[in-house]
Amino acid sequence: MANLLLEWVIKTIVILFILVTAVAYVTLMERKVMSWIQMRVGPNRVGPWGLLQPLADGLKMIFKEDIVPTQASRWLYILAPALSLIPALMTFIVIPYGSEVNLFGYRVELHVTRMNVGLLYILALTSVGVYGIVLAGWSSNNKYSLMGGLRSSAQMISYELALGLSIVSVLLYTGSLDLVEIVEKQSGITGWNIFRFPLMIVFVIFYIASLAETNRTPFDLPEADSELVAGYHTEYSSMSFVMFQMAEYLNLITAASISTTLFFGGWNGPFVERLPLLGPVYFTIKVLVLIFIAMWIRYTVPRFRYDQLMRFGWKFLLPASIVNIIITSTVILLLR
Amino acid sequence: MQAEKILFIIFAVVALASALNILLQRSPLYGALSLIGTLLALSALYMTLRAQFIAAVQIVVYAGAIMVLFIFVIMLLNVPKDQPQIEKQKGLRYLAIPFAGLLIAEMFFVLRPIRLNTLPPISSGNAEQAVGTTWSIGTALFTDYLLPFEVTSVLILMAVVGAMVLARREGD
Repeated sequence: MANLLLEWVIKTIVILFILVTAVAYVTLMERKVMSWIQMRVGPNRVGPWGLLQPLADGLKMIFKEDIVPTQASRWLYILAPALSLIPALMTFIVIPYGSEVNLFGYRVELHVTRMNVGLLYILALTSVGVYGIVLAGWSSNNKYSLMGGLRSSAQMISYELALGLSIVSVLLYTGSLDLVEIVEKQSGITGWNIFRFPLMIVFVIFYIASLAETNRTPFDLPEADSELVAGYHTEYSSMSFVMFQMAEYLNLITAASISTTLFFGGWNGPFVERLPLLGPVYFTIKVLVLIFIAMWIRYTVPRFRYDQLMRFGWKFLLPASIVNIIITSTVILLLR
Repeated sequence: MQAEKILFIIFAVVALASALNILLQRSPLYGALSLIGTLLALSALYMTLRAQFIAAVQIVVYAGAIMVLFIFVIMLLNVPKDQPQIEKQKGLRYLAIPFAGLLIAEMFFVLRPIRLNTLPPISSGNAEQAVGTTWSIGTALFTDYLLPFEVTSVLILMAVVGAMVLARREGD
């Protein structure tokens, strides 16, 4: 028991450390990708190839003054960044990064914990994550922030439905909510869910909905700069601003990790049975590719108008995912 | 067992404290937030009872969807702080006492047959089929409770259609 507890603690600390570093470097990746797409150079002054830029940014933000607006509801204003960061960090304990490996003579499973409701746990955390944004918007006592918060909650409610329903199709194939089991069922390159008939369409729906859930362009209305200054985090400065940014990039990583787990076979890949240490490598590569696609979309596609966003979510994505459930169950019945 | 007891005490205190705060709070937004606190603590309590599915659904449905709508409406309408109008409710005040008594009696009646049992230990064989998991709830819903389940969904559909009719503007 004590051994198991120690294992959990160590795994959690390691993953926390990796995630925080990953977030810092995803911001650098974002700026580099943006500069390539816009034919600029991008950050290249701090360290070789701009590699120390996240460190410099972090140091700068720590030394900024943390300002609380005079008319803000103080406690909620301080609490809101934490409320959006903590759920974003908590999702990663159920995502499997690899099979079992031998480390220093111990057999270590490369996931922190497995729950038989793992997928529901992630959905629960993403739906709770919206409170950080909503409360930030409300407590700032600023009309732009409030508009951003309101938009965000409406958008999250609308797209969560399509997200949840598109997951149902995957569940019909795998028959389990346990992420470890979902990955194990996709072994071999042709076993990936993305190569099954209706699931490629489902993946497109899932990906669009997850872009909306993470507030990325073309769905970044909660922080539409041209209309709302910076949306819900207009009033935030210093580390509380950083916490919002971290939560946003963590959500991006989460969305990519869940897509990888559900559709791209998780840590599966060639030779992974003989060399289990390849698992995390494959997982990271897949996640990075999906993150890159999200950035690519961000700098290619313009922002939706608000009514377009709502119409697209309710009148296209939601019916499409319901139709997909029907098609998936028909296909499964016919194949049986 | 000891760890479960400690967790129970922590989350029970959180649930009760935030439930009390809903009643004491004058600002509707803080009241709604306290309700979310209660729901989250309850979900943690379900987890200690090994009802993982119920715990997750509690958060997804109540804390994640319904309460977001509540907060959305409170923020959108900017509901002012509740001004108690005690004068108007003079007669109703005394009606509260018998009703509270009735509720407490009802609670005792419901809780009476429950003994302080500890949960049976999970053996690896029946972990999937244990009460409260997705498997057992899904099986129960689609076999024993199929009719109530379908009737409920018709009821919800009716509510949705009704809401659409009420919300639709003339001329749309």
